[in-house]
Amino acid sequence: MATATTTNAIEVHDLAKTFGTLKAVDGISFTVAQGEIFGMLGPNGAGKSTLIRMLTTLITPTAGSAMVAGCDVAAEADAVRMRIGVIPQNMTSDPDLTCAENISIHARLYGMGRQQRKQITAQLLEAVGLADRAKAFARTLSGGMRRRLEIARGLVHQPQILFLDEPTTGLDPASRMSVWELISHLRASGGMTLFLTTHYMDEADKLCDRIGIVDHGKLVVLDTPAALKAAVPGASVIEVRFQPDVAGGSAVLEALPLVSQVRQQGAALYRVSTDSGPATAGAIMDLARQQHVEVASLSVQSTSLDDVFLHVTGHGLTEHDTIVPSVGWGKRTA
Amino acid sequence: MRFTRAMAIVERDMHKFRRSPMLLVAALALPLVQLVILGNAFGGKIRNVPVAVINLDHGPQAVTVQEKLLAVAANERTFLPEPYADQTQALAALRAGHVAAVLIIPQNYSRDRLLGQHPQLALITDNTDQISAAGVSQTMSALVNSINAPAAALAPRDPTQVALDIVEVYPYTSYMKYLLPGLITLSIFITAMIGGGIVYIDDKQRGLHEGYLVTPITKWELILGFNLAGAIKAFLAGLVILTVGSEIAGVHSFLAPVRFVELLVVTALVAVALIAMMFLLMARIDDPLVPRAIFGVLNTLLFFPSGAIYPIAGFPAWLRAMSVVNPFTYAVHAYRVLLLQQAGIGAIATDLGALALTCVITLGSATLLFRRAL
Repeated sequence: MATATTTNAIEVHDLAKTFGTLKAVDGISFTVAQGEIFGMLGPNGAGKSTLIRMLTTLITPTAGSAMVAGCDVAAEADAVRMRIGVIPQNMTSDPDLTCAENISIHARLYGMGRQQRKQITAQLLEAVGLADRAKAFARTLSGGMRRRLEIARGLVHQPQILFLDEPTTGLDPASRMSVWELISHLRASGGMTLFLTTHYMDEADKLCDRIGIVDHGKLVVLDTPAALKAAVPGASVIEVRFQPDVAGGSAVLEALPLVSQVRQQGAALYRVSTDSGPATAGAIMDLARQQHVEVASLSVQSTSLDDVFLHVTGHGLTEHDTIVPSVGWGKRTA
Repeated sequence: MRFTRAMAIVERDMHKFRRSPMLLVAALALPLVQLVILGNAFGGKIRNVPVAVINLDHGPQAVTVQEKLLAVAANERTFLPEPYADQTQALAALRAGHVAAVLIIPQNYSRDRLLGQHPQLALITDNTDQISAAGVSQTMSALVNSINAPAAALAPRDPTQVALDIVEVYPYTSYMKYLLPGLITLSIFITAMIGGGIVYIDDKQRGLHEGYLVTPITKWELILGFNLAGAIKAFLAGLVILTVGSEIAGVHSFLAPVRFVELLVVTALVAVALIAMMFLLMARIDDPLVPRAIFGVLNTLLFFPSGAIYPIAGFPAWLRAMSVVNPFTYAVHAYRVLLLQQAGIGAIATDLGALALTCVITLGSATLLFRRAL
């Protein structure tokens, strides 16, 4: 039976899913540590949803293996289901039920008794900021509130790992912020592992400890956001304004370590390209102190994950035309 | 198997059922409208059909015929005789639909009758309307019989003649009452079709089932939950038509306590059988158009050959065979026995057996086909 034999929350080995001739997931391996927020980033159709559906026991892998919370997704599906919470991409809460009913009925699916359900429902509504909407029908919620309700539902049985499939897709910026806050809060409040998929770079960058980039069913790269960005050459741009100007101008900035290029943009305003934004920023501050000039403003614009994605896949996130209809295909073959 | 997990599905469905009465309205509207409209439209006696009468004889015997016609018009009112002067005009009226039949009293009718030379009356009917034509023909035959044996009613009966004494066991059963058992079954079927078919597939399509599948609920619990929820809704719809429909049709016997319990048993069994049948049909369906597309066909295949609106005895052999394998047939028969024939549960043992068998076969097959997966 299922016993946690490893300290890793998720271990995936050569996992593959084929629909007909289409390799939706083509031999992916990675591990997610306990307590980590792990992001799977990729364009629509890259295989993210298929991957998450295999990890959440909704579809069975064609090849390879995956251990989730110490249990095999194929052989010990029920044990996995007891240990994970899933917030699918399609909203699965019932629009015709109230928020409280949605949570309470979901808790009943885990076999909880009436008293326990009542308690957990109140707690979770409070936790996701929907306590005052307990009796509101789910259909009356805004997109962000609805997504928070979905997250509350996924938490009823206090899962070890929470899977979120594109948690903010289709939400307006304010709603996205509120969902991000909730996810950050979940991480801060306990040792829960979070696995999320997204096709938003800023989301992955903001939330995740580590990011895997999938493209055409393969894992292209996996690392921390910072390391991924650092791997892109000429990674950061620093904009700095001195008061008054430094003696020596561009030449003295170009002499700083790691700096590849300096352009003067105006009076005492420079744009400095560097391999390491933080290191160069520090060097610039030191320089200003030595010369007894003030730094009026300084901003480090680090390489975005968009740049990373372009760098590792050779194409941008949005110009991906391969259509892998993960929803429809999943249904047919499951 | 944990009952409470299956009950989570039931709880959800009941909340929705309570809040959105549309399912119940849809399940009740059609049977109730059919009961009232079909019950009154069909099965009534044919009355006041206009019949053209051409008297070419004008003799005393023709007068007798005319008197008989007027007697029918005054009492039975099957038809209204309208005198026409000539045949061409009368036939034109027949073709134009102004009259439903033309009766011709030929020249020399009186003479032929007096001389015993095979007197004849001619009846030309518009057989595009079989029912009216049959009604007129029937009454006209009776009329001719009474002309042939005018003394029979007065004279003592010929002791050698066979007489058929018809005894009706039950009080006069209107067509509305005849329809009632089928329409109770229909309301259960419509609930199964909408709740277990259309709404079920729509929920699946909207991803609501995905919410179930990520939890530890087992295949068995899912099957139990879906079927129980559907059966409860179908049972309630059937119960409404059983009570309201019986009141409308004037069947008051259903309120006797034992009878009512028997009717509840039948209703529960029919609800489970039809829901399970729908669950089987939907086991591998993803397309929301499918249940909508098969609604009408399924309704025709199940409702009409069941004896709900026309006796099975009138069917050709192949259609009779269809009615034998149709669970609707047994439901309709069981209701008819309990509601109209006042017989007890013993008289519907076959029906109960057939319905139980339907449950076993459909649930068994559905369990084999149903997959706990997307």
